Amino acid sequence: MIVELGHFALVLAFAVAVYQTIVPLYGAMRGDQQLMNEAPAAAIAQFVLVAAAFGALVWAYLQSDFSVLNVWANSHTAKPLLYKITGVWSNHEGSMLLWVSILSLFGMAVAVFSGNLPLSLKARVLGVQGSISVGFLLYIITVSNPFERIPLDQVPMQGRGFNPILQDPALAFHPPLLYTGYVGFSVAFSFAIAALMEGKVDAAWARWVRPWTLAAWTFLTLGIALGSWWAYYELGWGGWWFWDPVENASLMPWLAGAALLHSAIVVEKRNTLKIWTILLAIIAFSLSLIGTFLVRSGVLSSVHAFAVDPGRGVFILMILLFFIGGSFVLYAARAGTLKTGGLFAPISREGALVVNNLLMSASAAAVFIGTLFPLAYEAITGGGKITVGAPYFNFTFGILMIPLLLLIPVGPMLSWKRADLFAALQRLTAAAGIAIVSAIAVAAIAYGHPVMAALGIALGVWIIAGALEELAIRIKLFRAPLSTSLRRLWKLPGQALGMTLAHLGMGLVVLGIIASSTWKEEVITSVRPGEVIRAGGYEVKYLDERREQGPDYIAEQARFQVSRDGRPIAVVTSEKRSFIPRGMPTTEVGLLHFLKGDLYVAIGDRDKKGRVVRVYFHPFIYLMWLGALFMAFGGFVSLLDRRFRVGVAARARGNAAAQPAE
Amino acid sequence: MTRKQQRTTLIISGLVFLGIAAGLILYALRDTIVFFYTPSEVAEKHVQPGTRMRLGGLVENGSYRKGEDGVVHFAITDTDKVLKVTFKGVLPDLFKEGQGVVAEGTLLPDGTFRADTVLAKHDEKYMPREVADALKKKGYWDPNQPDGQDKGEAK
Repeated sequence: MIVELGHFALVLAFAVAVYQTIVPLYGAMRGDQQLMNEAPAAAIAQFVLVAAAFGALVWAYLQSDFSVLNVWANSHTAKPLLYKITGVWSNHEGSMLLWVSILSLFGMAVAVFSGNLPLSLKARVLGVQGSISVGFLLYIITVSNPFERIPLDQVPMQGRGFNPILQDPALAFHPPLLYTGYVGFSVAFSFAIAALMEGKVDAAWARWVRPWTLAAWTFLTLGIALGSWWAYYELGWGGWWFWDPVENASLMPWLAGAALLHSAIVVEKRNTLKIWTILLAIIAFSLSLIGTFLVRSGVLSSVHAFAVDPGRGVFILMILLFFIGGSFVLYAARAGTLKTGGLFAPISREGALVVNNLLMSASAAAVFIGTLFPLAYEAITGGGKITVGAPYFNFTFGILMIPLLLLIPVGPMLSWKRADLFAALQRLTAAAGIAIVSAIAVAAIAYGHPVMAALGIALGVWIIAGALEELAIRIKLFRAPLSTSLRRLWKLPGQALGMTLAHLGMGLVVLGIIASSTWKEEVITSVRPGEVIRAGGYEVKYLDERREQGPDYIAEQARFQVSRDGRPIAVVTSEKRSFIPRGMPTTEVGLLHFLKGDLYVAIGDRDKKGRVVRVYFHPFIYLMWLGALFMAFGGFVSLLDRRFRVGVAARARGNAAAQPAE
Repeated sequence: MTRKQQRTTLIISGLVFLGIAAGLILYALRDTIVFFYTPSEVAEKHVQPGTRMRLGGLVENGSYRKGEDGVVHFAITDTDKVLKVTFKGVLPDLFKEGQGVVAEGTLLPDGTFRADTVLAKHDEKYMPREVADALKKKGYWDPNQPDGQDKGEAK
């Protein structure tokens, strides 16, 4: 019964979404206040209905109601509670419902948190937001219905269980975070389309768009980081990023979103780069849609691919064509009517942000071309199959990233409108000094590829030191009494602190990537009990094996004694699990974290000699995820900035009008 | 600087930049593309030893053999031609005889294939698209009977 109610709520939500699209947009066109005022209530109603549908599906999973096809195919009574819930989005139908739930949540958030938005803009934003819901709800109801029932006389007693490699805490929360990121860009998109319809973009518009973009980008950062962390320790391949189409699909909107964050600053502070910012908002969400399409259609073969259905791919492709095509047509027609604002010299804060945007979009384009090239090639040659692998991405992405990373500390030092590059660099003397010293130190002690490593490490140090130096200048550290500095730090606007944290995080990511890829140690061999493998200065001794019984699996567990210079440190285990519901095996990696890096032990099959074991030492690899956390934390801190808060924007707008040069 | 000059500067720098990026991409694409072949195509197209490529097909039944120190041997077939593969490493969890597989590596002068990567899938219902297409061409694979699902259950 509850399942039918959920299904019914979903159909109602579709009807409400149609209403939410047509009425406010028509009202805004006619200037009819009453019609425009319908938008917020519709957005809230739509969310309540979609949430009810989602709740009904969760309920079916909790009850292990195997008369629902989706629950039968993906759940099992023996599954732990957490995975019963996350099982909801472990499959295609459920994850699309999650997608739409988050979409309508954002719609409601816009309706609730934007009391001070001009009525027509608000109506249009919510109308566009509603139209996206229309597309995806129609998709769910017609071809991807999670509430489909199995005929009553054939209801099975037990479910098939779900893909065991998804039975993992990191992957439980990866899709919601990632989707919040993807879907969050829909708000920026709706604002962009609404602005094109209004024919007006100003500083206030940018101030409204930025927090939504920031929130989306922050969640996307967390989602990607969690996904790569999962790939690192669950898949047992010893890597964390493979330039796989599915991974690229999440990286492209991230890059476009980061570019959008930066260009929206220029619109907000200097009232220029408007046309470009609108375009970026459209691109960021288009890339999110393309990402959804790539992951869900299976047109590209991916190491992360799950079973897919090409028929559904066509439907998503139609949605994609409508929104991307439609928005570009509107853009082409209306972008010219937007008035451009303040002028700036090439060397200025604006100029630096333009360069940032060019590099970020170019790298997003490089990833895009590399990802879709196999498709194009196949279409052109009539079936020729190729792959574009990691070397392409490392080369193009690397070359485009280096200047971008070099410029990170410089940008914030430049003043708006017209800047003195020399003076800006002078303020970074300390950071440059530290970077050069660290380069020399690394070159002196390093083995492997000393020159590349030294430059890479120096780049990371330069970004971190630059971010800290900018903060030091801001709070007048050592130039004023310490108490003054601390007070200034406390009073620092959230946006400034957020920027420092995010840039710092980027530096940590660079350090983690360079260190772990340059000095990674890898040993693959097979061992008998008592034999020792050496990696990263540690001795890993294979002790013994035993069988373990889990809630829904049996495992062969191998134990290893890790020691250093003969001194025992810890015992680490790695397992091969065989899941009862599906008979599908997974590998559990044994991981030990040290300050110097991670020791990673994964077992394979048995061979003639003994147990195949893979031991890696990944120096400082944790810096990468720590850096991602810093970036996300910076995003949250920035979101807490009082200028973004409800009600404050109205006052701030009054102030901004009084001092346009801010 | 006037408005017009500013716009021109922006457009020109943007175009120059775009040109550099495009050049970079084309250059990188030319050198890093890896072709996908089935064992029959390797024979037909006389692929030169030493070429880096992806080889796809089914793991031939009865071909999987464990060596020492993590080396494994198996054969990839498209039901027509067979190619022997050696791989040092840990095979993906879902590697099974009779299942679809994609291996990346180089063809050796003795006609065998040395793989450095064997692609894993996260889902036992999933068949790499290239493999599915190649097998469909041979009339072997029926898309309505997803390979592996039943075998996986029967294990």
